[in-house]
Amino acid sequence: MTTTSIAIDETPRIRSLLALADDALILGHRTSEWTGHAPTLEEELALANIALDMIGQARTLYQATGYPEDDLAYLRDPHQFRNALIAELPNGDFAFTIARLFLVAVASDQFWCAAMASDDSDLAAIAAKAEKETAYHVRHAAEWLIRLGDGTDESHRRAQAAVDPLWPYTGEVTAGIDRTAWLRTVEPVLARATLSRPTDGWMQSGGREGRHTEHLGHLLAEMQILPRTYPGAVW
Amino acid sequence: MVDQTALLARARAAVAAVEDPEIPVLTIDDLGILRDINLDGDMVEVTITPTYSGCPAMAVIAWEIEAALTRAGFPKSRVRSVLSPAWTTDWLSADGRRKLQEYGIAPPEQAAGRRGLFGESRPACPRCGAKATELISAFGSTACKALHRCLICREPFDAFKCH
Repeated sequence: MTTTSIAIDETPRIRSLLALADDALILGHRTSEWTGHAPTLEEELALANIALDMIGQARTLYQATGYPEDDLAYLRDPHQFRNALIAELPNGDFAFTIARLFLVAVASDQFWCAAMASDDSDLAAIAAKAEKETAYHVRHAAEWLIRLGDGTDESHRRAQAAVDPLWPYTGEVTAGIDRTAWLRTVEPVLARATLSRPTDGWMQSGGREGRHTEHLGHLLAEMQILPRTYPGAVW
Repeated sequence: MVDQTALLARARAAVAAVEDPEIPVLTIDDLGILRDINLDGDMVEVTITPTYSGCPAMAVIAWEIEAALTRAGFPKSRVRSVLSPAWTTDWLSADGRRKLQEYGIAPPEQAAGRRGLFGESRPACPRCGAKATELISAFGSTACKALHRCLICREPFDAFKCH
């Protein structure tokens, strides 16, 4: 009988690797849901590429834990995932997808730039690759956010309606970095997009402890159905 | 007694000739991802370094390496992937850059720093050589390429991203 669920012995190192990897995998999966639905061909390619970058980052991070990468992606239950809640929220409209990508990518980029100097040689090596990729993500999302916010009345309305509910979810992604530095990148983009910056108040959390929104279970059901239904299946 | 040096050279030649499945004009040696080859008894150990985190070509390249070694008379091989030091486009060989250009893909700028990612300078058109080109999308047909257009001959073209 092949295993259908795995238990992880979460040392502090594995726990922090899983938080990074799960952020990348879950947001990568969400982003990949745009494949076939993006508003233009160029955007289709861009979102698919960004999703691929994130899923690639997740793979190398999973490999660094010492557990088989496929087991970590496919054979854990929702409460074993350590991703920030913002990653699992449904895509919403294009403005929501872009605003979330921007807010998360700025945090990731800041984290990876710092992690290049990490004492953990695996993490430093992953960071050297990832920071170049996240730099592209930040730029792409920022350009779109400015275009949407400073676009038509409708695109402005939608962009603001995306940023506002996302804001309380940003506390979790900036918990491991300097939020003031994160704001220094985020604020000028919001200003150029003519969007108002929500005030910092109560922040959502729980993802790092495995307390997720109802959306993660649905996402995993779709992502994991094949290996869960046919344990040990190979191409 | 088999000459180990000659054996290793034969294994290296077989591996070095493996083509990138997405840009078949380049070998993995041109790309600069082939880091090391060792012989341990009859086991060949090949070390490669990934280009981009999510590059789907890496798995295919590993299979192709094993297949090329089998054809060259080395049925036992192992491909190892190392992340550090991180691959950069500066490792593309001069020959590889020329082949890319001839294939219609603008090669990356050299000495790719973080700011080089968003080059204010634009790649020259690989078809007509014009310097007046524009970026259409930073994300192209594969993870390693961006899409540009020549303002003179009006042809769109891929450019290898600086990484």
